[in-house]
Amino acid sequence: MGLISNGTTAFDAGSMSLGGQITFIKKLTASGDSTLSFVHGSSSVVFDGTYKEYLITLKHIHPATNNVAFEMNFTQDGSSFAQSKTTTNFDAYHAEAGNDSGLRIEGNPNSMLANNTGWAPLNYNMGNENDGNLSGFVRIFDPAGTTFHKQFQVELSFQYFNTYGIRQNTAGYVNASVATVGVGFRFSSGNIDAGDICLYGIG
Amino acid sequence: MAVISNGTTLIDAGAIDSGIATGSMTLINTLTASSSATLTFSSGITSTYKEYLFTFNNMHPADNSVQFLVNFRDGSTAYDATKTTSFFTADHSEAGSTDGLVYVSGQDLAQSTAFQPLTVDTGNRSDESCCGHLRLFDPASTTYVKNFFARMNNYVSNNYSEDSYAAGYCNVTAAIDGVQFKFASGNIDSGTIKMYGIK
Repeated sequence: MGLISNGTTAFDAGSMSLGGQITFIKKLTASGDSTLSFVHGSSSVVFDGTYKEYLITLKHIHPATNNVAFEMNFTQDGSSFAQSKTTTNFDAYHAEAGNDSGLRIEGNPNSMLANNTGWAPLNYNMGNENDGNLSGFVRIFDPAGTTFHKQFQVELSFQYFNTYGIRQNTAGYVNASVATVGVGFRFSSGNIDAGDICLYGIG
Repeated sequence: MAVISNGTTLIDAGAIDSGIATGSMTLINTLTASSSATLTFSSGITSTYKEYLFTFNNMHPADNSVQFLVNFRDGSTAYDATKTTSFFTADHSEAGSTDGLVYVSGQDLAQSTAFQPLTVDTGNRSDESCCGHLRLFDPASTTYVKNFFARMNNYVSNNYSEDSYAAGYCNVTAAIDGVQFKFASGNIDSGTIKMYGIK
């Protein structure tokens, strides 16, 4: 039963249509996990046409292994994370010693994908010191669309080998017109030792 | 009908009571393009919010290889606020043969009333589009210039992924009370722009 006030539907079908426009969907907490993923229809995850945009927050993501990259991939079948992507990747860096800083496109050929189904690096050379971690955001636009490429944007801050602070910006698109039903995260080697990943829908 | 709980009005006249805590991001308006020359938010930009967020979902041009543009209204009926801006991009080709991080001097403005590009060379094939955000800060201020910044991901017409960053300020002390979007030529074939107020 809906609740209508002055002609405006306030509640219907178990949800409220008034108020804030960012809806929390699911929180994953890492504890020695090889991969963390959000797949529509699994474990109460909504990742479909319900929202035109999804926001993922990454908080204190800590690798078990030293010198690794944090990676992201997408799935169209819910199990195989291997959708084709073209990406860009650049960073602003500054040494803790204060003697080096700059802005650069990531020259490592593996750091940017060109119609590649591999996992997209979101940073690189990340250390596993006890206090080392990455935090940031991922935004994915209209993953359920079947007309356009699925665009995404990523922005991270992390500590490079305990010596640099780095702001890393990755963006790109899933080069497919089929729907994307899930997104996964992992390190290039070793487990995700700790950290929280939260999924939100933007209405 | 009002909804009252334990003596406290929760909802009345179709709105949540102002004393009730809600989320801090409120959808104000949604514009959906259908072969539209422009999409314009001509109302709803007031002092109610100190920040406005615009989201662009699959903006698809009718013409090929065109810029997606923004301009601001500062008191008259025209969208022509004076702006100074910066613009840079990171790009990578699908062939994997070309990449770059470039300040694009041809896409910035220096005290100009022209429309500001948010993308370069957006493609118009059926699966090509651009997506992203623009944030406008304190548009109702009559003291400060009005800062804004945008980040878009763009399918460039010659098969590149392009991460575009535009930022700047409307160099006026008059309030900004409208925002308009369009492509540099041709219509906005399809796409959705939402405007949110952020407390």
